[in-house]
Amino acid sequence: MTEASPAKPYALHLGVIALLFALSFVLPDYHHGLLARIMVLAVFAMGYNMLFGYVGLLSLGHAMFFSAGLYGAGLTVYHLGWNVPAAFAAGLACGALLALVIGLLALRTTGVAFMIVTMMFAQVFYLVILYFASWTGGDQGLVVQQAARVLVLGSASLDLTNPTVRYMSALALFSIVLLITLAIVRSRYGRVLVAIRENEERTKMLGYDTFSNKLIAVVVSGTICAASGAAYALLFGYVGSSFASVQYSILPLLWVLLGGAATTLGPLIGTLFMYYVIDITSGFTSAYLLIVGIALILLVLFFPKGILGSIRQRWLGWLP
Amino acid sequence: MMPLLTTKGLSRSFGGLRAVDGVDFALMPGEIRAVIGPNGAGKTTFVSLVSGRIQPSSGMIVFDGADITNLPAYARVRLGVAYTFQITSVFANLSAYDNVALPVQRTLTDGRSKGAVRTGVMAALERTGLAARAHMPAGQLSYGHQRLLEVAMGLALKPRLLILDEPTQGLADSEIDNFIQLVREIAKSATVLLIEHNMPVIMQLADRITVFNAGKILAEGTPKAIRENAEVQQAYLGTTP
Ligand SMILES: Nc1ncnc2c1ncn2[C@@H]1O[C@H](COP(=O)(O)OP(=O)(O)OP(=O)(O)O)[C@@H](O)[C@H]1O
Ligand SMILES: [Mg+2]
Repeated sequence: MTEASPAKPYALHLGVIALLFALSFVLPDYHHGLLARIMVLAVFAMGYNMLFGYVGLLSLGHAMFFSAGLYGAGLTVYHLGWNVPAAFAAGLACGALLALVIGLLALRTTGVAFMIVTMMFAQVFYLVILYFASWTGGDQGLVVQQAARVLVLGSASLDLTNPTVRYMSALALFSIVLLITLAIVRSRYGRVLVAIRENEERTKMLGYDTFSNKLIAVVVSGTICAASGAAYALLFGYVGSSFASVQYSILPLLWVLLGGAATTLGPLIGTLFMYYVIDITSGFTSAYLLIVGIALILLVLFFPKGILGSIRQRWLGWLP
Repeated sequence: MMPLLTTKGLSRSFGGLRAVDGVDFALMPGEIRAVIGPNGAGKTTFVSLVSGRIQPSSGMIVFDGADITNLPAYARVRLGVAYTFQITSVFANLSAYDNVALPVQRTLTDGRSKGAVRTGVMAALERTGLAARAHMPAGQLSYGHQRLLEVAMGLALKPRLLILDEPTQGLADSEIDNFIQLVREIAKSATVLLIEHNMPVIMQLADRITVFNAGKILAEGTPKAIRENAEVQQAYLGTTP
């Protein structure tokens, strides 16, 4: 990992960011809006990949971390009138705190038990949102008014509902998280995470406190997912309980599996791929979910390591 | 001189089986101690208790004057107790380099020293003769080389007590000679507890030998004394002296 020269991976990642930047000026409106959404959700997938791909912990409850960010940002804007940076920070803080508590409890288990425990906690979180419907809007959700979604920077103000501003904000968040992820997985800490995934007992016998290392990974993962949720609330203005449902715990897993677990760019590719397969097929037939299902099965059969995982295995061994 | 490692009444049962049964053991710093005994005598279980991989049913373990009985395994490693597995347990999907980088980077306190990991890793790989294979996935190394990689990982921890569980199993004769040299070198800076079946290796390396049988210490002494011990010959060496 750390052995490959750092130039190639960094050039590739900066190239992807530059490409996404350039696309902003050429894409038609519809695809422009869709890509902004995909970039925000790819951040969710990157957060999920941190834990699933690199540490090997399969959570079925990550919707709660996304929603912690979504509601942390959305509710502080909606009820308390906080400004955009403060609300975003509130979303991050909610996600980090929730991840710390869930990590302390759920990391006592592994494997199937970990999946079930995380799913149960996420379900509790979902029910709490519905229970406090007078605050959260219940299953109707809340719409954050356009006036509240303005980022004031000194004398300038950026309207996050403007498509270009929204796209660039999504790209900025995506780029920061992508580069942070890349730095983590190439670091010494990243090497320890992979070691835990490969053989936790052995890692302990090399002097590593694997529980603490896993706990940090859960907090990093949860915070990244919360960043995605908070950005979603502020950029797209909708805060709803469906994002806390089990479906949104399974989606990031699918995106990551599709794109390639334990690859830094896989989450983006998986999210992009899934959105466009749904988008294209739903234009032809109302049975599009069937086609999506078949596409998923074919991919798993022929690219068991996901799109980027297979490319890395066959051709580009240096991909991080 | 104070022993580096002491156990008092150390026991561990699996169901009704007393795999380690009231073992009182002491190891002096700088010693190379061989542990021998028939299959199932409890040797691996005993060193697993010392390293913290498994918990004792009763008894006490003292390392360098401190009671470590209740310390988790990773904390014992940090105190300087390193364990190499009898059943090869390298990270098969990671390169030999990364396998050794894990223990090396843990012992480095200066997080910014960029080249230090590389230097430490290559030093450990050179000592075990694996430097040319640094970039091979560990799972693709031959069995003997995986055994040596285990030793390299143990070495890289800079241990005060290095526990080697049947390290020469699966090594070719030429590799065994190198291995004996390597252990002699390691013993200059660490105490070595060596579980072995290969008698020539033991006779060349061990300062003292402890013989296990049925979970208990049957005898202990110099290689010469053990070779001449009738009880040991009965239990372990058969009839040939
Ligand atoms: N985890 C376990 N569960 C149940 N029984 C065990 C376990 N580990 C070891 N034993 C039993 O304890 C006894 C001692 O085993 P141990 O592995 O310590 O022997 P050993 O001296 O290392 O033998 P060998 O020379 O074959 O490596 C054996 O009878 C073994 O079957
Ligand atoms: Mg054994």
